[in-house]
Amino acid sequence: MIELKSVSKTFDDKEVLKSISTSFLPGQTNLVIGQSGSGKTVLMKCIIGLMTPEKGEINYDGRNLLTMNRQETKMLRREIGMLFQNSALFDSLTVLENVMFPLNMFANMRYKERVERALSCLERVNLHNIGHLSPAEISGGMKKRVAIARAITLKPKYLFCDEPNSGLDPKTSIVIDQLIKEITQEYNITTIINTHDMNSVMENGDNIVFIHEGKLEWNGSKDEIITSSNKKLNDFIFASNLFKKVKNIEIGLMEDEG
Amino acid sequence: MSALNKVGEYTLLMQKVLTRPDRFRETCKQIVREMNNLGVSSIIIVLIISFFIGAVITIQIRLRVDNPMLPKYTTGLVTRDILLLEFSSTIMCLLLAGKVGSNIASEIGTMRITEQIDALDIMGVNSANFLILPKIVGLVLFSPILVIFSMIIGIVGGYMVSIFTDLITTDNYLYGLQTFFVPFYIKYSLIKTLVYSFLIASIAGYYGYYVKGGSLEVGKASTDSVVMSSITILIADLVLTQLLLT
Repeated sequence: MIELKSVSKTFDDKEVLKSISTSFLPGQTNLVIGQSGSGKTVLMKCIIGLMTPEKGEINYDGRNLLTMNRQETKMLRREIGMLFQNSALFDSLTVLENVMFPLNMFANMRYKERVERALSCLERVNLHNIGHLSPAEISGGMKKRVAIARAITLKPKYLFCDEPNSGLDPKTSIVIDQLIKEITQEYNITTIINTHDMNSVMENGDNIVFIHEGKLEWNGSKDEIITSSNKKLNDFIFASNLFKKVKNIEIGLMEDEG
Repeated sequence: MSALNKVGEYTLLMQKVLTRPDRFRETCKQIVREMNNLGVSSIIIVLIISFFIGAVITIQIRLRVDNPMLPKYTTGLVTRDILLLEFSSTIMCLLLAGKVGSNIASEIGTMRITEQIDALDIMGVNSANFLILPKIVGLVLFSPILVIFSMIIGIVGGYMVSIFTDLITTDNYLYGLQTFFVPFYIKYSLIKTLVYSFLIASIAGYYGYYVKGGSLEVGKASTDSVVMSSITILIADLVLTQLLLT
């Protein structure tokens, strides 16, 4: 579990995160949503440790990231997997070498075992016989899947995904969402997804954190979003006519059932 | 940013770079890869430039030093000393600063803007050490070989002038090469090369590592790294010449 307690971050005089407290449970897909510039990327960077908040606590299963020494931080990072917006695969390495990279750096395994583990991770994300290709030779969706495979090679306890669906077609987005959800449940990982994709929110949001102007505005599940009366949340989620219609239909169905 | 800030930032980066690697085996692999990428791939250009410059220096010296008071072997002697003392080390490293330096800065800069460096950091890898140290070590190990090649081929260039023109006889050229030869000049040249290689790789690494923005900034970092490496090479040349030859 990752727990945030009164996390605040300031750039010059501007408070970008305003005392955010929430928790992200393992085995759930935790989504962080919000408008561009709302502070969700800064929040993600603070949780990962790429930025340091001025105030608050970030607890990884009771271990406060902000009071850890360099060695403890290094050990924690080996429990973290990260899926970047543009996959961030290493251009100079092949697909297989990319997936093997964390194993080469941190696992005490023989070469054959490392290859087998990397291949099994590629199999897990439904990629076969592409290990010899370079990242430039595969599609955007495949890159995301390779990045997921790389993120899970060391069996992480925590998985972070930054805009996992950006630049993907709707069908591939669903495949990636499904894959993240399955892996989260299978390995009981604490997964945090930073997303703009409303389809992901409505499909996979076990726990949704809505950030507005640096403040935690709303926290709940995908089912609770439909019935929420929070105006800022409704303005953000149901901005499009399509989603407004979806909401009305869903509410109608609920009333019929009720 | 002020020059002093940059020096401070560079020093702090070097502190991160010059530490024990996370995984020695992987760093060794990277070093071999960098020796190939940065060094082996530069051999051809070094050989071509050295051959022609060696030949041109021989012709120029022969034409300018046309005095009956000077012995006929002067051309060979001066050509050798120019190649050994300055051309094969300093001028060749200035060329390498352009070719290798821009390569390093743009490679690391692209890794920065495409979040590959963030990916390394999040994995718990010391990204500065993992990316920059192999480039420094690879270049420092391989550039003396390039300089030795440059010296040999430059002298061969001059030799070809003595064969294919009637400006100087082969005997006079070869005698000049052997006259008043100071073996320390080779050592001096190699010491300078080691310092220059470190400067080229570390400065280019610094500019690449701290790129912010997009592809335009990567291009700018690449250019800045070449300019800064060239200036520091010339300053280092002045200091080392004063220290080692006077």
